[in-house]
Amino acid sequence: MTDKTSAPKSSVTRRTTLLGMGAATGAGILSSVSPGFVRYSHAQTSAPIKLGFECHRTGIGASYGRWYERVARAAVKIINEEGGINGRPVKLIVEDDGTDPKRGAEVVEKFATQHKVDAVFGTLFSHVVVAAAPRAGELKMPYLVVSEGTHVSSGSLNRYCFQPGITDVRSQVTSVAPWITQNLGKKVTMIFPDYAFGYDHRDNLPPAIKAQGGEVVEMIAVPPTETSFTRYLPRIPADTDVLYHIMVGPAVLTFVTELGQFYGSQRPQIFGFIDSVEAVDLSTPQLSFLDGTYFWEGMPRYAQKDQSEWDKFYRTAVGVNENGASIADPKDIATYAHMYGVWETLFTIKQAMQTAGYNGPQDKAKFIEALEAIETFEEGRDHPQGNKIFNGKNHQVYGHHNISKVEGGRMDVVHRTSIEDGMYEVTADYTKMSL
Amino acid sequence: MAFGPFLLLATLEGLLQAAVLTLTALGLSLVFGVMRVVNVAHGEFYMLGAVVAWWVASMFSLHPAVGFFAALVISPLIVGAIAFASERLILKRLNYDPESTIVATIGMLYIIQQTVLLTYGPDARPVSAPFYYRIQLPWFGYSGYNLFVIAAAIVLLLAVWFVLSRTRLGLIMRATQFDREMAQAFGIPIERVYAFVFAAGAMLAAIAAVLIVPIRQAHYLMGLDPLLLSFIVVILGGLGSLRGTVIAALLIGLSDGIISVFFSPTLAKIISTLLVTLVLVFKPEGLFGAKAR
Repeated sequence: MTDKTSAPKSSVTRRTTLLGMGAATGAGILSSVSPGFVRYSHAQTSAPIKLGFECHRTGIGASYGRWYERVARAAVKIINEEGGINGRPVKLIVEDDGTDPKRGAEVVEKFATQHKVDAVFGTLFSHVVVAAAPRAGELKMPYLVVSEGTHVSSGSLNRYCFQPGITDVRSQVTSVAPWITQNLGKKVTMIFPDYAFGYDHRDNLPPAIKAQGGEVVEMIAVPPTETSFTRYLPRIPADTDVLYHIMVGPAVLTFVTELGQFYGSQRPQIFGFIDSVEAVDLSTPQLSFLDGTYFWEGMPRYAQKDQSEWDKFYRTAVGVNENGASIADPKDIATYAHMYGVWETLFTIKQAMQTAGYNGPQDKAKFIEALEAIETFEEGRDHPQGNKIFNGKNHQVYGHHNISKVEGGRMDVVHRTSIEDGMYEVTADYTKMSL
Repeated sequence: MAFGPFLLLATLEGLLQAAVLTLTALGLSLVFGVMRVVNVAHGEFYMLGAVVAWWVASMFSLHPAVGFFAALVISPLIVGAIAFASERLILKRLNYDPESTIVATIGMLYIIQQTVLLTYGPDARPVSAPFYYRIQLPWFGYSGYNLFVIAAAIVLLLAVWFVLSRTRLGLIMRATQFDREMAQAFGIPIERVYAFVFAAGAMLAAIAAVLIVPIRQAHYLMGLDPLLLSFIVVILGGLGSLRGTVIAALLIGLSDGIISVFFSPTLAKIISTLLVTLVLVFKPEGLFGAKAR
């Protein structure tokens, strides 16, 4: 043990005092001439607002994770260039969850206890969200996912979970079902991944098709880690009009290739979710089979003829060319149909924190209430995918969806649904839960 | 679909699975048989084979067949060189101690996997098949390339069998496997044999990967499944037994193909693991393995 009494009472000498004063004056001059400091000077504190990004850097979600991270960095850069949030700069802290549910929950905990972030955002894969969300609730950590899953909108999570940047599967399915039955056929066979995200499709498509006078004749569940699909294809009934596919993970290309070998030119109509070929180059020879098939897209990968100025701005900011590939490397295809959700989520966080006058973790309740008070988002730079309606009760955003046709190695939008097409009766109400 | 065509499709799928599995498992079995090293990084050599194949194939902009056959030669050589280097730098320095080598190869697994993630990236990337020929059967279509893979695997297996049983090289390897010390007493350079066998085992996995990559894309996590299945096959067939490995791979491949077509892939996995458990309990040396001496 050290003897504290023997230490000098004060180590301040005249020399160090002078030195300290000089340094302080110097710093003062410096800060007054450098614009970066001035800008944050109105805030009570200029300590950064810390946002934790739970990223699928590794594991089966890695293709998405890489692009989600690029989008997050681009959005944070703009937010900081414009003065941050409430006069405070935003600091992005990224943690990899390995697309692993168990690690997802640990990452949320790490954000809360070690990094002490103000909010966590960006989780995509629904099994990770479902595992991590309860921990976020326990830690009273705002958790804004970009996942598409119906976990948030169905009310099965908690008051701290939001999905303000991307629509949920139920809304997507509801909005495209009428188009499928009217344009492609009434007998539908669906192939979906055998976990939470696939179940959202399994549970919501049959009623939506039935409401249009159609029928789902067969449902084929495939484990998400499967690498070979030919063995599942014989289960597709011969009288199927429309094959509805939704696959995820690294084996999506194999799935499409094997489908092509199985059917050749004698195929039923095919409608897929872009997830099946997200981050995959459509001009790959194996994918020529997809010519003439249709995809759901959140935001069109290929720049359209009527491209909005906001799409143009956003595309450049995140480093994507008009074909949906990285400007730096044309072989690096973006997860363009989904990743706008990260952008819009970050600008939503900014909006709500400013409304709430957010100054630190003590204002978390105000921040949550400000999020819940949002009703609409206007199309614009902060929401380049389109205008949206936000439901503060089930914490879910509703918006437009695109149906695109594959032709000549690219996709073009043939139908854009209205927001109302994707609306359904909301029963969940998180606002009744305590904060 | 009627039962007959259904069974045909299931059998074809099973044979394809068995073909690739035999080659991969043979590499694992060879390394264990001769060196008594349990190579946990074996699946990563398989993955490296596929990734290098993509890299080689994407450098040739000629006919896809040129890129593919170039990859079939270059990829195993590169993977073999990496395996050779890791044997010299790591396994040799551990004196092939069974416990240490398991931990060391687990380390190699992560190093290889994460290096590939950092350099090659997280995407699954395709290699074009050398030819595209679709066989249209009355009930369904099937890729001609898949049949080529099965045929190529059979040819390669015959080649391995020939080398092991009819050449001087094979004799040296079998001698080392049979009794290391006695072989050394007869002037066989054991350490060089080990390095060669480790590289050859990795090369077999790489060849299997190059064959499969036009069907299943190169991805940095693709090594895990073949590793597990190879272990199942090697345990079933008996460690170090060529005949046992081939028969076990056929058994697992076909049952996996057929059961997963008719019932579910999960059931197929349950049955193969159950089989391993039963073999370990009742015949620990494997179906065809020699009793431990």
